[in-house]
Amino acid sequence: MRVNPAYWVAGAVLLILPAFASDFVLYQLFGWTFILGMIALSLMFLAGYGGMVSLAQMTVAGVAGYMVAIFGESAITDISQGWPWYVSIPLALLIAALFATATGWLADRTEGIYTIMITLAIAAAFFYFFNQNYVIFNGFSGFNGVLPPELFGVNWRDPIAFYYLTLFWAAAWYFGAIYVSRSPFGLALQGIRDNPRRMAALGYHVTAHKVAAYAVAAFPAAVGGILLTWQSAQISPGTAGIGPAIDILIVAVIGGIGHPVGAFIGAFIYVILKTFAIDLIVFVGLGSERFRLLIGLGFLAVVFWSPDGVLGLWEKLKRSRGLNPLLRKAGRRP
Amino acid sequence: MRRFAENHPWWLAAIATAAAILLYLIFAIWPDWLVQMLGKKKVFLNALFNGITLGALYFLVASGFTLIFGLMRNVNLAHGSLYLLGAYIGYSVAGWTGYWLLAFPAAFLIVGLFGIVLQVFVFRRMERQDLRQTLVTIGISIVLADIMLWVFGGDFLNIIPPTWLSGPMETILVTGVKRSSGDLIYLKYPLIRIVIFLASVAIGVAMWTLLNRTRIGMLIRAGVDDREMLSATGVRIQLVFAGVFAFGAGLAGIAGVVGGTFQSIAPGEDVRFLLASLVVVIVGGMGSITGAALGAVLIGISEQFGSVYFPTYSVVVTFMIMVLVLAFRPQGLLGRS
Repeated sequence: MRVNPAYWVAGAVLLILPAFASDFVLYQLFGWTFILGMIALSLMFLAGYGGMVSLAQMTVAGVAGYMVAIFGESAITDISQGWPWYVSIPLALLIAALFATATGWLADRTEGIYTIMITLAIAAAFFYFFNQNYVIFNGFSGFNGVLPPELFGVNWRDPIAFYYLTLFWAAAWYFGAIYVSRSPFGLALQGIRDNPRRMAALGYHVTAHKVAAYAVAAFPAAVGGILLTWQSAQISPGTAGIGPAIDILIVAVIGGIGHPVGAFIGAFIYVILKTFAIDLIVFVGLGSERFRLLIGLGFLAVVFWSPDGVLGLWEKLKRSRGLNPLLRKAGRRP
Repeated sequence: MRRFAENHPWWLAAIATAAAILLYLIFAIWPDWLVQMLGKKKVFLNALFNGITLGALYFLVASGFTLIFGLMRNVNLAHGSLYLLGAYIGYSVAGWTGYWLLAFPAAFLIVGLFGIVLQVFVFRRMERQDLRQTLVTIGISIVLADIMLWVFGGDFLNIIPPTWLSGPMETILVTGVKRSSGDLIYLKYPLIRIVIFLASVAIGVAMWTLLNRTRIGMLIRAGVDDREMLSATGVRIQLVFAGVFAFGAGLAGIAGVVGGTFQSIAPGEDVRFLLASLVVVIVGGMGSITGAALGAVLIGISEQFGSVYFPTYSVVVTFMIMVLVLAFRPQGLLGRS
């Protein structure tokens, strides 16, 4: 099997990055990129392979983060149960998956564009619920002091350890998504995306496949949510608010929802913009709070001119390079 | 109505019982056991009427949304931004001219014009690309939200109604009996809310008449059913589209002024009202004006009762209504499958 050389280059660079990058780059830039990428990957999986644009993936991540805080340890000792990690983390993943399955079942009650509205409504409902419920979710302030377990004697919030932790999970879900997309389940899902009627006629259970896709897609989002909670050591309603839910959509669309790598490219662009655009905006003479304007305009530009995101631009470039300059038709490059 | 009674006798019985109980709760003087169970009647009545007026506001926002969706299949996720835009325009105009009533036509016209711009430059360019429309409108709402934050700041603003509309009004409803003298205590309710409720009902009835009794309404209904056929009969459908879009957007603008008067204007309200209209039309049924009215009142009341009787779970009540409707009647209460 021939492996695309880009994989070797990207893999090598990412593995040796801690040798020369600063802690800030490792922990903030790349850690955050991988986390956002995982959550966006979850959206990309549903949207790209299943044709279902779910805005509730950030909420799935939030649920997982909250569950780790509630079942595991946090500074809010009244609520947190303090169970060991090998109980709390699987439990968090399971509950997040159940939540996603229920969301998928609800969103699939109607067809097409309703999905995005129903999932947006679900995301918002849970944001307000987290915000106003003090008994379980500790309301507006949420949980702080949520730390990763000291497994193998490693402090996983150390920048290098955290970098490798997020890199590992990002890579795992990336290859997992590619594997599932080529599995019989993934192929059936893509068939359903393209023509649900024909797939139903072929004997596939359309609804079951769609709901199962939500369940599968819950895992990258849930792991992303747990890592996000550990990264900032806290989770609050704002983590899984409406803004972040839409940001995940922006990340996935900017990167391109045709291929899993788009989620991570989009996340990288978003993180870089979010970190450095402020300097640029101030340089232009606007206040630093105009970040969302920039993101919004950038997002608009992408959906207006390149609906397939950066990946779409790349494809265009490849195609135009493959054109024979004399005939303006596709042909072998010399 | 008669067909409904024949087909669903049990449903009818349930609805009639609920209505009777509700009427009893509103008009009767509550006996002690009821007060013990539900708390003071005044709280109950206030929650009920606040819910209905909130529902009226939701109806104003959601009817435009559902009309646009029903006719053009355009999912306009910038609808909440149109609401907020109307609110800020109303605030500026009312503050500038000093006339509260001027805020309404100003908001309607400007937001309506903005709606035409949206329809022509965004939706017409990407017809039948649902996802792209949704994404573009999300982008537009982000940009608009930030521009409005930039221009008007992040403070809570209030449109001040004229003095002849402020203050409470005595109603004919009894909340209790004075223990000392045996006099009846009547409910006092803010006049502005009553006026706003009546105005929303008037707008709703006018819309219903327009849709069901006029030629333009006929064109719109035909367009909802089959727009290709309508355009094949020679109707300039793009004009109808632009008109309906402007009207729906203008309604959102008016709703903004209303909301700015009896609630407050602040960044984030756009999202709140977008979600309210989403939930309302999901519950009521996409594309149905009557459904929007029913859904709006239902959601408004449940939100108010939730916040009075179960404060930390009030969102759950609203959410459960949506879940139940989706589970048992995915096309919405009055939607057509």
